[in-house]
Amino acid sequence: MSFATPYINIRGVSQIFRSEHQKEVIALDNINLNVRRGEFLCLLGPSGCGKSTLLNAIAGFTLPSAGSITVDGRAIHAPGPDRGMVFQEYALFPWMTVEKNISFGLEIQGATKTAIREKLDMLLTMLQLRDFRERYPKDLSGGMRQRVAIARVLALDSPIMLMDEPFGALDALTRHNLQDELLRIWAEFKKTIVFVTHSIEESVYLADRTVVMTYRPGTIKQEVHIVLPRPRDPASIEFNRIETELAQWVMEEQYRHQQDEIKGSGKTH
Amino acid sequence: MKSPKLLTWLPGAIVPCVLLAVWQAVAVSGIVSPLILPSPLAVAKKWIEYLSPYEPFDPRRSGYLAWLISGELLHDAYASLRRVVSGFVIGAVLALPLGLFMGASEQVYKLFNPLVQLLRPIPPIAFIPLAILWFGLGDPPAIFLITIGAFFPILMNTIAGVRHVDAIYIRAAESLGANRWVLFRRIMLPAASPYILAGARIGMGTAFIVVIVAEMIAVNSGLGYRILEAREFFWSDKIIAGMITIGLLGLAIDTGMSQLNNWLLKWHRGLEQR
Repeated sequence: MSFATPYINIRGVSQIFRSEHQKEVIALDNINLNVRRGEFLCLLGPSGCGKSTLLNAIAGFTLPSAGSITVDGRAIHAPGPDRGMVFQEYALFPWMTVEKNISFGLEIQGATKTAIREKLDMLLTMLQLRDFRERYPKDLSGGMRQRVAIARVLALDSPIMLMDEPFGALDALTRHNLQDELLRIWAEFKKTIVFVTHSIEESVYLADRTVVMTYRPGTIKQEVHIVLPRPRDPASIEFNRIETELAQWVMEEQYRHQQDEIKGSGKTH
Repeated sequence: MKSPKLLTWLPGAIVPCVLLAVWQAVAVSGIVSPLILPSPLAVAKKWIEYLSPYEPFDPRRSGYLAWLISGELLHDAYASLRRVVSGFVIGAVLALPLGLFMGASEQVYKLFNPLVQLLRPIPPIAFIPLAILWFGLGDPPAIFLITIGAFFPILMNTIAGVRHVDAIYIRAAESLGANRWVLFRRIMLPAASPYILAGARIGMGTAFIVVIVAEMIAVNSGLGYRILEAREFFWSDKIIAGMITIGLLGLAIDTGMSQLNNWLLKWHRGLEQR
């Protein structure tokens, strides 16, 4: 595996949705993007820029209207356990306990009881969920729920983790803890992560590379490689310089998004 | 010292007590014939009589427990309950798979929905003549009617439940490698269960209404039969005692269903829950 080999290869991907009034919305327009193995990539942009749409296409939840996505050379047609998904809304199964949620993927793939127990023990310890194993999701805080959701994906040893604003609904302190934890997991398990966020700071803190997307139609506006050593210090001059640079790109799109909203959401074009 | 629990309970008891007192006063005043309105005390006396064994205890003929439950009321309640449970179980066993398929598949829904919409507004009671024609008298027509009463609420709620399953659970399960069968059994069924159980509770309520009516017409046992029989003898005290028994049994069934719901849905916080 050479450093430059594209692992996730997105070629000419467009996504067109039809709204209620048969109006076409171009969510993605000719996206070309490569993610290399082990990379931590952030998709950054205002809401409506198609970053979640792109993530859903990689996940296989929606098939692109045009273009192709391959992972390790194989085309994506459907969702699968090689690409674990972490949702902003957690999407834990509320009728299963923490333990059952985490082992669900292994269970349906017919893993042995001992294999499941070993994996479970490891993950519960690593994500500090040991005391919560019998709880139902409704009895957990947002941060705890997202730990369970991460553990559920880790259980399957998916080489790729897709994360859709996973920490967006959490308070700042919890978010910071989980960011550090995610970086630890990423380094330890050598995951490839595609992480959607609208927080500029979050993307500078986490990513190897941040891709800024444009507001409707969604295209790639700018790519910024972030080569700061980790752990990164958000108070450092370098960190702030990159943040300011990204902010310029993002704010332009945010402005367009606002103008569009003022004009009325019915007239998207 | 009054306990706080008694204090919260007390206001609710005032109205029934006043009502009972007025009823007793009217009944003993002689304004109304006791044939039309027996006094509450007479009803209570009759209820105990109805509950008690008919013959004195004879150890040569039966065990003590068997004797204790040999009263007419318990026999009637058992007969009614047995019919409700049989009809309900048959109705649920038919409605649940059909509802799951109709909810999950647009084609199946299109195939069955017109028929369902056509039959659903017909009150189960309106099936009585046909039930008797088809099944004669006795348990079969009664159970048939109860089945119909339980079937539609469970069916409609199961369809709605499956259709309201949040798509995010499906996505999460698919990305964890779930195939269609796993999706159906481990995701859609439990996610729809709050709806299904609400339907079961409504279905049980309908079944209980239907059993009383069915017993008045098609059978000669059970609580519904007993109060109609009592009317023919002008036993108004027994009619009211029977009605109270029906009320108590209905309350017991509904409480049982509600307890079962709470236990099965202990994970459920409400509809805002993800």
